[in-house]
Amino acid sequence: MRYLPLEANDRRTMLDRIGVANIDDLFAAVPADKLMHELPDVPNTASEMAVEQQLKRLSSASVSAGDVPFFCGAGAYRHHVPASVDHLIQRSEFLTSYTPYQPEIAQGTLQVLFEFQTQVALITGMDVANASMYDGSTATAEAVLMAHRLTRRKKALVSGGLHPQYRDVITTLSHHGGDLVTALPPDATGSEDIISAIDDATSCVVVQYPDFFGSVRDLSAIAKAAHDKGALLVVAVTEIVSLGALKSPGEMGADIVAAEGQSIGNGLNFGGPYVGLFACRQKHVRQMPGRLCGETVDADGKRGFVLTLSTREQHIRREKATSNICTNSGLCALAFTIHLTLLGERGFTQLAAINHANAVALADALSGVPGVEVLNDAFFNEFTLRLCKPGHQVVEALAEKGVLGGVPVSRLEPERQELADLVIVASTELNSDEDRSEFVAALKEVLA
Amino acid sequence: MSMNRQGRPTTPSTLAANQTDAESSSGEETFSGHKGLQHEEGLIFERGRSDKTGVDLADPLPVEPRLGGLARQNPIGLPGLAEPETVRHYVRLSRMNYAIDSGLYPLGSCTMKHNPRLNEKMARLPGFGDVHPLQPQSTVKGAIALIEMLAGYLMELTGMPAIAMSPKAGAHGELAGMLAVKAAHDAAGDTDRRIVLVPESAHGTNPATAAFAGYSVRTIEARADGTVAAQSVKDALGPEVAAIMLTNPNTCGLFEPEVVDIADAVHEAGAYFYCDGANFNAIVGKVRPGDLGIDAMHINLHKTFSTPHGGGGPGAGPVVLSEALAKFAPLPFLTSENGRTRLVETLSEAESLGADPFGRLTAFHGQMGMFVRALSYMLSHGADGMRQASEDAVLAANYVRAGLRDVMSQPFGDQPCMHEVLFDDKFLKDTGVTTLDFAKAMIDEGYHPMTMYFPLVVHGAMLIEPTESESLASLDNFIATLRNLAQAARDGQKQRFTAAPRFTPRRRLDETQAARQPVLRWTPPVQEKEAAE
Repeated sequence: MRYLPLEANDRRTMLDRIGVANIDDLFAAVPADKLMHELPDVPNTASEMAVEQQLKRLSSASVSAGDVPFFCGAGAYRHHVPASVDHLIQRSEFLTSYTPYQPEIAQGTLQVLFEFQTQVALITGMDVANASMYDGSTATAEAVLMAHRLTRRKKALVSGGLHPQYRDVITTLSHHGGDLVTALPPDATGSEDIISAIDDATSCVVVQYPDFFGSVRDLSAIAKAAHDKGALLVVAVTEIVSLGALKSPGEMGADIVAAEGQSIGNGLNFGGPYVGLFACRQKHVRQMPGRLCGETVDADGKRGFVLTLSTREQHIRREKATSNICTNSGLCALAFTIHLTLLGERGFTQLAAINHANAVALADALSGVPGVEVLNDAFFNEFTLRLCKPGHQVVEALAEKGVLGGVPVSRLEPERQELADLVIVASTELNSDEDRSEFVAALKEVLA
Repeated sequence: MSMNRQGRPTTPSTLAANQTDAESSSGEETFSGHKGLQHEEGLIFERGRSDKTGVDLADPLPVEPRLGGLARQNPIGLPGLAEPETVRHYVRLSRMNYAIDSGLYPLGSCTMKHNPRLNEKMARLPGFGDVHPLQPQSTVKGAIALIEMLAGYLMELTGMPAIAMSPKAGAHGELAGMLAVKAAHDAAGDTDRRIVLVPESAHGTNPATAAFAGYSVRTIEARADGTVAAQSVKDALGPEVAAIMLTNPNTCGLFEPEVVDIADAVHEAGAYFYCDGANFNAIVGKVRPGDLGIDAMHINLHKTFSTPHGGGGPGAGPVVLSEALAKFAPLPFLTSENGRTRLVETLSEAESLGADPFGRLTAFHGQMGMFVRALSYMLSHGADGMRQASEDAVLAANYVRAGLRDVMSQPFGDQPCMHEVLFDDKFLKDTGVTTLDFAKAMIDEGYHPMTMYFPLVVHGAMLIEPTESESLASLDNFIATLRNLAQAARDGQKQRFTAAPRFTPRRRLDETQAARQPVLRWTPPVQEKEAAE
């Protein structure tokens, strides 16, 4: 087996040195009747070539996004990732290192995390950010739990504009911890009145920006209303590129920003691994979940970086920790940081402008198709269509024509008949005029 | 014209002979601050400019913006670098990291085994890496087939009938398992069970997870040999106990010999057995946890199945479940009908299939990129290779034990271990050298330290997991180095330890200062700020 350096004579030498006759003597603590005699029922060793051939066959059984006009979003977005990003994250020293618990030999990872935290704080308009979470959905749920700790209240008020799966993650974690969630019904038109639902028991108001259906709205009034009642504003962002074009959540009064960072540096990967971004106000930092990297000096007085405030974490605090999170999303955070460094402010804002313009062009083109209504007045790179036919049927029919034309809302909200004719459509810098034309032509045929 | 026939000097002797000791010491500073291959590297915020970019982008289409009056007005302050600058910056940073690829990385419990590059290549195949989680399921048959195949392998290797694939890491898998336990008790109307038993040697994530799931923790003490006695578990069980969370092989590197009795006792008391699978890599192909009576176990794909640790993630923590817990598995899950497999993503569809999921732990379907890597590892090894890997891991740990048992101290006596061997700091008694000092001295010798001060039950713990990826020569060098260090400590060479590490980009860092006055982000120097205002 090519990955195992030991050979039969090495093993013999080692057993002799240990002083046992055979390998199973080292497994003596295992009850004898539980030790397997047969091998597990899976195939034996395969060559690199054979594995590659087998997995390539499987891969080719899917339609990959790059092969067709592609317009899916709803929490995951297809952007161009520069080749240097993927090269750099495969550097051995980044790829095959552990969590930087020995800072003297992990300054590379630690400095990256410090840069990452700073970048995340800057684009969200917040004071501080942590070293990443699993993804946007878990980051949002952790934000709710953090708000509960800060306010000593137990009720989260969740906007109908929040991604339904994010809402479900919040509900799952809250339910089992004995906390309450009030979730407003899905809000496809961005017109809900969430302010009047805030009360003295509300620990936080959770809104998405731009929301699940693509709409953008000013959150300042919600922030003020929440703060007036002693509650916090949690802003979830699933498309982080939007913050290159839009006012930041921090500027509108957010207390915690939980975001999905996949759009920068990371591919679609069928849903994971992604990278959760988590930012908050300086005064709340000690209730933050997850790892934090901080600046310090070494014995010679030189600037260096370490993991810090670990007394919040499970490996020190055990059952009193702020979260049970251990592993985060280090390599995806690295990809995020490298891509954002390549972009810089100029590239980031231009990328956002291109995304927005492509989406506007697409919305205009699609709204000319009979049987199509665009629901959003204001949006970033994603919007919702109301169709004259059920959304999931239309999307399936488009797929048969070789167009991946968005996400039917019924995929996530099958119970809600009023949403059955809605499809969420996204457009990024990767969409060309030809893509748009093909989408329009295919949609015309499907709806005719 | 005469040729210079002398050429450059080709032996170092003339230069070296003139050098004094002081000049050759590592403490010497250079003009540039760099030292040979080791470069000092500032932050991007000190090097980049917000008007600079390393990406060529087209001009946006000329459209009237529809941002609802929310267009960003203020600058962000993000620095940009050209591509060569970016590449050099991150390459230089990378060189300040220790990595498996560069040396033995014996972090006990973390399993730093070789990360095959084939796995990276496979994860980037477009049918896995470039598919959207919400594309029509009819267009992602290959991706779904891969998840199904991996799920099948994991169930076969663990001997368990069900699996939840979506947890994003080990602790997330623990949470999935414990919430399934809670849902099962709730469904049975058994809602008074508020306690979870956790041995004191457990990973910190276990009690944290139990608390996260709304439980209180009751600690079980280990006995003198480092394992948990079935009797201690029996004594702690009662009608208020929901589950036990037990790591097996445990965090002392030992297989729990009474695990079957423990499982029986737990079930008899109406509780469930959660097994922390962090150390599954010791027993793949040797023992099936399902045969031991467990109800749930997460599998760290980033430990046992070689997906890269990436400087702290991403991981993946699928959790296998017993028949009793299967129907409570979280969304999404796979189901097969007439040879067609699909993802069940919503509660209504799950209920129509008779399932009763406790909820959803993450958006989408889990760590696909890690699934591909893990399956690539499994296919490469095969059944025989995976068993051999477990055996080699156990063999290597015991070889290290045999090589060090006379110079270091073992807290539970000299007994066979599984894939990791545990030492304590008794051998450092009266030397003035601590476990931390010993670890830092290992760094100077070119090794990553072992896991230190864990498990908490052992004083000054040093948990060494060499993994199956090391050759005999590598293990011999490692043993020789640790023997030398142990001897040096006893010989009173305290300075070699307390001053260590001396040959690293940074020497010991002041963690107290970092925590007291947290600086968690870069801010512009004050003078510049004032000048700008």
